Amino acid sequence: MAFVNLKKKEVQLKIVYYGPGRGGKTTNLEYIHSKFSERIQTDLVAIKTHGDRTLFFDFLPFDIGKIKEYDVKVQLYTVPGQVKYNATRQLVLRGVDGVVFVADSMEVQRDKNRFSLKNLQENLATHNKNIFKIPLVLQYNKRDLARQGIPLLSIEKLDKGLNSQLKVPSFEASALMGTNVATTLKKIITLTMASVESHLK
Amino acid sequence: MSYIFNKEQINGIDKILKEDLIEEGIHSVVLIDMAGNIISDLDNGKKKHDVYSLAALAAGNFGAVSTMAKMIGEEDFSLLFHKGEEESIHFSKVMEDFLLITIFGSDMSLGFMRLKVNESIGKITKILESPSTDVGYPYL
Repeated sequence: MAFVNLKKKEVQLKIVYYGPGRGGKTTNLEYIHSKFSERIQTDLVAIKTHGDRTLFFDFLPFDIGKIKEYDVKVQLYTVPGQVKYNATRQLVLRGVDGVVFVADSMEVQRDKNRFSLKNLQENLATHNKNIFKIPLVLQYNKRDLARQGIPLLSIEKLDKGLNSQLKVPSFEASALMGTNVATTLKKIITLTMASVESHLK
Repeated sequence: MSYIFNKEQINGIDKILKEDLIEEGIHSVVLIDMAGNIISDLDNGKKKHDVYSLAALAAGNFGAVSTMAKMIGEEDFSLLFHKGEEESIHFSKVMEDFLLITIFGSDMSLGFMRLKVNESIGKITKILESPSTDVGYPYL
């Protein structure tokens, strides 16, 4: 539910990082926060459990400057990935404008990725949103683990398993190293702005 | 759903929040939508809060409490209020999609604050329901 303030000439976009638990959603936001610290005036807000897992959401607001005369404020959220927190995932998705799905490239996580993507589709539907229509980008995270000999799913397998029907932009990434974190973010902002513009016409 | 408010609507809301709440002694008010976007925020100039984070947390908190209400068979809880030593915070739903957050000091009575908040919600509702003249309709 993008909000457009004609008085301040400002657009607020809500982008949610979704995906299985321990997949790197929070790490994406932490990297963005540290990398773009000169632009981001506020702290990363995190509601965590004692075990340092996301309990409710992480939140990072920042300005990306002007697009067509409008100041664009992007608000990044993560959801808790753990299966048991579905009620909070549904809450965080309220009013979402764009989604980054952070998939875990590790071979052992194959089913969890699929389960989480299916869960995203169901939770979007509770807000009357269609996964095939909402701006969506896939990020295949943890590619750096290959160097440590950890078995990873190939990009072809990830694409086949997650993106064969969606056919959305996808990126190989390492949130920990920062590889393609900014690229993913840029892509989802572009897609979301285009979608909001088309709605406002 | 995206939506737009025109300048007149925002000015009208700002005026109500200023005259009915800030000038009556409330320290800070933020009108947000349930997604955590800020529609209007005003304060008495004495304390600056991180309103964007506050809005995100308030929307999440309100959503969580509403879900709890439904779990025990209530539509909503009528009073949502956190009391601090010096500052307290109060949440009121405005129509289905908006939330008014008020931050006020220990010198103000909760009853008086609620009275003023209820009055201003009535006025704000009229503005939010009015069609946006710039684009024809506020909900697209």
